[in-house]
Amino acid sequence: MALDDRKSEFTFVGTRPDRPDGLDKVTGRAKFGADMSAPGMLHGAILRSPHAHARIVKIDTSKAEEHKDVKAIVTRADFADVPFKPGLEGEFWNVLENVMAGDKALYDGHAVAAVAATSALAARDALKLIEVEYDVLPHVTDVDKAMAADAPVIREGAADYSVPQGMHPNVVRYHESGHGDVEAGFAEADLVIEDSFVTEATHQGYIEPHACLGALGSDGKGELWCCTQGHWIVQKTCAALLGIETSQLRVTASEIGGGFGGKTTVFIEPVALALSRKANRPVKIVMSRSEVFRATGPTASASMDVKIGMKKDGTITAAQGIFRLQGGAFPGAPGDMTAMCAFAPYDLTNVRQVGYDVMSNRPKQAAYRAPGAPMGAFAVESVLDELCNQLDLDPVDVRLKNAAQEGTKASYGPRYERIGLVETLEAAKAHPHYSAPLEPGQGRGISCGFWFNHGGETSVSLALSEDGSAQVMVGTPDIGGSRASMALMAAEVLGIPYENIRVTIADTASLGYNDVSHGSRVTYASGLATIKAAKHAVEKLCERAAAKWGIPVDAVKWQDGCAVPSGPNAGDFDPMPLADITADMGRTGGPISGHFEATPEGAGVSFGTHIVDAEVDPETGKTSITRYTVIQDAGKAIHPTYVEGQFQGGAAQGIGWALNEEYIYGDDGRLQNSIFLDYRIPVASDLPMIDTVIVEVPNPGHPFGVRGVGETGIVPPLAAIANAVSNAAGVRMKQLPMSPPRILAALKANG
Amino acid sequence: MEFHSPTSFAEASALAAKATGITRFLAGGTDVLVQLRSDLVTPDTLIDIKKIDGVGKITCNADGSWTLGVAVTGAEMSEHPELGRDWPGLVEAMDLIGSTQVQGRATLAGNLCNGSPAADSVPAMVAAGVTMTVTGEDGTREVAVEDIPTGPGKTSLAKGEVVSAVNIPARGDNGGDAYLRFIPRTEMDIAVVGVGVNLRLDGDTITEARVSLGAVAPTVLLVDACAEAIIGSTLDDAALDALAAAASAACNPIDDKRGTITFRTEVAGVLAKRAAKIAYARAKGEDL
Repeated sequence: MALDDRKSEFTFVGTRPDRPDGLDKVTGRAKFGADMSAPGMLHGAILRSPHAHARIVKIDTSKAEEHKDVKAIVTRADFADVPFKPGLEGEFWNVLENVMAGDKALYDGHAVAAVAATSALAARDALKLIEVEYDVLPHVTDVDKAMAADAPVIREGAADYSVPQGMHPNVVRYHESGHGDVEAGFAEADLVIEDSFVTEATHQGYIEPHACLGALGSDGKGELWCCTQGHWIVQKTCAALLGIETSQLRVTASEIGGGFGGKTTVFIEPVALALSRKANRPVKIVMSRSEVFRATGPTASASMDVKIGMKKDGTITAAQGIFRLQGGAFPGAPGDMTAMCAFAPYDLTNVRQVGYDVMSNRPKQAAYRAPGAPMGAFAVESVLDELCNQLDLDPVDVRLKNAAQEGTKASYGPRYERIGLVETLEAAKAHPHYSAPLEPGQGRGISCGFWFNHGGETSVSLALSEDGSAQVMVGTPDIGGSRASMALMAAEVLGIPYENIRVTIADTASLGYNDVSHGSRVTYASGLATIKAAKHAVEKLCERAAAKWGIPVDAVKWQDGCAVPSGPNAGDFDPMPLADITADMGRTGGPISGHFEATPEGAGVSFGTHIVDAEVDPETGKTSITRYTVIQDAGKAIHPTYVEGQFQGGAAQGIGWALNEEYIYGDDGRLQNSIFLDYRIPVASDLPMIDTVIVEVPNPGHPFGVRGVGETGIVPPLAAIANAVSNAAGVRMKQLPMSPPRILAALKANG
Repeated sequence: MEFHSPTSFAEASALAAKATGITRFLAGGTDVLVQLRSDLVTPDTLIDIKKIDGVGKITCNADGSWTLGVAVTGAEMSEHPELGRDWPGLVEAMDLIGSTQVQGRATLAGNLCNGSPAADSVPAMVAAGVTMTVTGEDGTREVAVEDIPTGPGKTSLAKGEVVSAVNIPARGDNGGDAYLRFIPRTEMDIAVVGVGVNLRLDGDTITEARVSLGAVAPTVLLVDACAEAIIGSTLDDAALDALAAAASAACNPIDDKRGTITFRTEVAGVLAKRAAKIAYARAKGEDL
């Protein structure tokens, strides 16, 4: 993990070959979660609570059991009895409670029973025969109301040690950090702005609903096929929930139709396995879109107060933020992440941030790209924009003036290594978009964004074939073109063409533990491991060449896909290509493979700057995004097309989150918009062409300089769009989504 | 569930008359099948009317009026060379519904009989003065479109009655129509407000007008006050303001996940003005 591995010139890295899974995907040959079948397979369906909060008095399955096509019914009693432990250690309990309700249904859509039948239709019909008696309880779905003294308690004793005395039991985690003296800082400011902001929960909106096929025998041995961002966590969780040994369950990840963080946990997989164990047949479960909205993990909603002081020259004197996040009926809302990321782009003398994790009667939140960071950026960057407007300062200049650099003490504690924020701001300032004139009715918005990035447990194997081709086994499902990136990095080390390398997402029986594809970690960590595994194979190739030549191994080096003598003194031999060594490897010592496993720690934090133009119809409040430019530090772009895809995807999802997407709950606590008709993600014609600029400030923690790019792209859009809309409308928008009714109301209130 | 494919409307009507429980007629199926799949409505009897002779035909009659079969799809209307020249607003309204795939199935009669106050084609049909031929056990009758919906999901059709043809008036001279809807996105959405305007000119002066509002009341509305606001005018600013005020005054909407009372009431007026301008320009012969 060191700079001495750095190559200054690349042959394959930085090129844009076709993705290896492309043909399968465009011809329909790729197998996604719902595409797998097995002999004797049953179809599972899940009964869900219609109530936001209710005690389950009784579940009568007798009529459903009499249905001729029903082969098994499960309720909570069919799962392992995992003792309740609060906090992080209790996550298995939380997941179990989420996949199948215990004493109480905690949100609209909470699973209460499941059926396996010989057809999907029969399973659905059988659900209607299950009678559940509920004792409906008071509910709360709003974060501020959930913290109020009179809020119904979701679960006593769920709070951990971090929560100060006197908070409502629904506040389950508390984070506070910062440095300096914010009050002294505010006193030094020429202008202090304090304001409150609200964001609604949004769903990742992946196009593929969750689907799985599970088989579990009475001997405790099982097989599971599912669409997931990480099959080892599925293996570990399902084994725990069903009380079997982890290694006895083999999990294979399907192709995945989007995840964005939402497929980093389990929802239906343990249920399919429990049904299978009871029916002694394989069971397939495929969620409907409505189930995806009601019962998987959207992001948290947020209520935030931000206060920033600034001098007339643009210097920030102090910054403070209070971030309250609601993450459903379980601990886990990323209030700590929101707090830590909110001010991270800036070099601040005085900063303080507080984050709350609050429970309410909503589905258990899951990760959604840079979880927690976009909301905080929305609040902070809106206040910065307002300060710039009122002090008549250029928003890019002000951010440059305060930008964090190498050595800056981050708002969340550590000092930064080499980072690329300044470079993204300079690129923004130089970009033609920033100086382009605006039409009447249009406004421009700027925002920076930060995300930590992650390393995580990683294991990769690489094997060479006799014809000189290579197969790479990685354990991180490909959610953004990573098979192409892995092949490029392996090609770079081995010196063989990209096309000669096949990258496979190996099942849980083929590699050691791999963390999920999250934290923008795959190109960084699996990439690093692929490079190291390839180097490991190269060492063996050099050994074989040395033996053939009868010279010491340290007299052989690897160059352009060949073993060559390391210098004139080593001997006079022609370069020996990789395929010449593998052709007879069976007789020269056996198969040649490389392997690497570690938990790499040098992921390298990431920054981006977005420029957005928006136009608001003053008569209807309707917004159109007329121009969008994403500028982000990628460290080193392995496959630039997929880096650009990540940037554009962040902008697209951000436009949806900022303008129209929201979880809408009725007074009855039920989700009102659980289909794509009313949960309004952007359609293609809602989006402008999204321009991208890849900044490359190499990450010292990766051999080729990679920084993850998957998450940072979702951090600036909410704020950048809000600033553009606010500047176009002439009124500060403080609540997301900025739907036409909200904008029209703000315009009217502003006269 | 019983499934029937009658070959005449008389047979379809007889089947529906003797059916018990929930009956649905199946043309394009873009509402019926979706409701069935999502467990909203599970019919006991499903009567497919697509096998009946002539249901796919678009006919221009000698007097310039049009007769459309009940299974004529949105895509067929959009691609018809003459229909869109006569009734661009009506064809565009139908074309706004759903995706390309839905357009290949969806029908005017289905959009009407589904009973949604937000149905896009309905305000355009009301403004155009479209009628439906309805076949029942006692023969056929002709019913104005605005007299068919009675509330969300409800129609005035009696048990055993089925829409058997769509009748669009002759365009005539110096006329133009337009339909606009408000959605937060650019497509694939459902109207938060819809406005259909159809008018005729004598010179620059409006002599006839019909204005219809969608998604602002339990049924699509035909608003006489809107028509009165512009008849006799040249659609000057005063007439447009009066039109907007009349449209907003006619609204009786609800607050829901798609929009607020305030928003719908305000935007109905805005869209009425914009739609009237387009209809007026079309009546003047401009190609919009």
